[in-house]
Amino acid sequence: MKKVGLSFNVNGKEVDLEIHPNTMLVDLLRDTLRLTGTKEGCREGECGACTVLLDGLAVNSCLIPALKAQGKSVVTIEGLAEADGQLDSLQQYFMTEGAVQCGFCTPGMILNAKSLLERIPDPDEQEIRHAISGVLCRCTGYQKIVDAIKAARNDKGQTPQG
Amino acid sequence: MSYQFKDFHWAKDIRINNYLMPRTLDEALGFLEEYQGKAQVVAGGTDVISQLRHRDLEVETLVDITRLPDMDGIRQDGDMVTLGACVTHAQTALSPLVREKAAILAKGAGSLGSPQIRNIATVAGNLVSGHPAADTSIPLLALNASVLIASKEGQRVVPLTEFFFDKGRTAIDCRKEILIQIKFPAMQSNQGCCHLRLSKRRSLTIAILVLAAVVKVDPQKKIIQEAAIALGPVAPTPFRAVETEALLAGAPVCRETIERASKCAYAEAKPIDSAVWGSAEYKGEMVKVFVKRGLENALIEAGAFID
Repeated sequence: MKKVGLSFNVNGKEVDLEIHPNTMLVDLLRDTLRLTGTKEGCREGECGACTVLLDGLAVNSCLIPALKAQGKSVVTIEGLAEADGQLDSLQQYFMTEGAVQCGFCTPGMILNAKSLLERIPDPDEQEIRHAISGVLCRCTGYQKIVDAIKAARNDKGQTPQG
Repeated sequence: MSYQFKDFHWAKDIRINNYLMPRTLDEALGFLEEYQGKAQVVAGGTDVISQLRHRDLEVETLVDITRLPDMDGIRQDGDMVTLGACVTHAQTALSPLVREKAAILAKGAGSLGSPQIRNIATVAGNLVSGHPAADTSIPLLALNASVLIASKEGQRVVPLTEFFFDKGRTAIDCRKEILIQIKFPAMQSNQGCCHLRLSKRRSLTIAILVLAAVVKVDPQKKIIQEAAIALGPVAPTPFRAVETEALLAGAPVCRETIERASKCAYAEAKPIDSAVWGSAEYKGEMVKVFVKRGLENALIEAGAFID
């Protein structure tokens, strides 16, 4: 099978690769680019562990052929922190509110929350629950996760130090 | 009903050799012709990729139409509303135009899958997949929508009432043709509509039952002039309750009319038993409840008072 060129932006960096057309975005990110923060769960679009932002929109990277990202920008959980390592306030509040247990759903939860807060800066609880409805967590009762997103929403530059 | 091994086990990889991203409609149709049945159209891909993994679909090449120009708009064109083929469920659910002129479509679009699926899955794809409980197909069927299909031979318009053939089978051949536009009449002030969905939870479920109803009343708001009732899954395809609609046309706005309509819909709907999505008996009972509730809500929205 012949390889084809793929150029896209990952976490702010331009990437040029030669890939097989059947490569899925989740595999490219994890296996080739070693961005293993993106998790693979069901590989069916049900669990949301593989969520990334494609041109700012939360999508399941397990259902997306990598070539669909041609010329677009992808943000993974690794891309949220500042260049100096300063974490995003959502990441900070997930730690301080105890919203992480096994951690497998966390990247999907945070990226869906990120996409929500960029669209609606002041979401109510229903909007928050709606935004994370495409990510399954089997450890918690979702409450701590909702609390963490609420805390990040209410944050006015007073991010706690983890 | 029984399940097969492959229903619960699927392949990690998709078997395709090419993923093409044409920039014009002519180029896209040219690819389909060139590959002579070995290439298929894909847009959001949430259904197609899953079918490829389950080996329900075998195809060598995918032709991604999301980079074609003029396929992503939601517009009002006179009395009609048009959706380009690449309009996603998220765009539809959030569109002020769709919310005002076709509220049932906005609600249907907002109830499909999950936020991540809605961000990429297209409404046109929902039609082409031909699932009997498809979340945007049922409202579009009630709205008397039609689709514009392009091929090398030219373009043709197919009303949705003639579009669904069987489960997973529609009037479009995705190896030769491309659905390029969806069109339906904007709702008027003497019309009302209602969308109801029954499911185990609100996200990531295929509906147990969906109803989309549109009614039109006379100026005095005493007579139902026209009614459209779409249901699913109560047949192999999204279903229009035509006998119920015939009964409602010209009927007075009253409790008795609604009662008769719900019994008629119960008689003409043919749901089947499903281990996962409810028994035929349960779904039949819910058809009665939904038709009653849906008509009440739609009539109230149209401004009618139900005696």
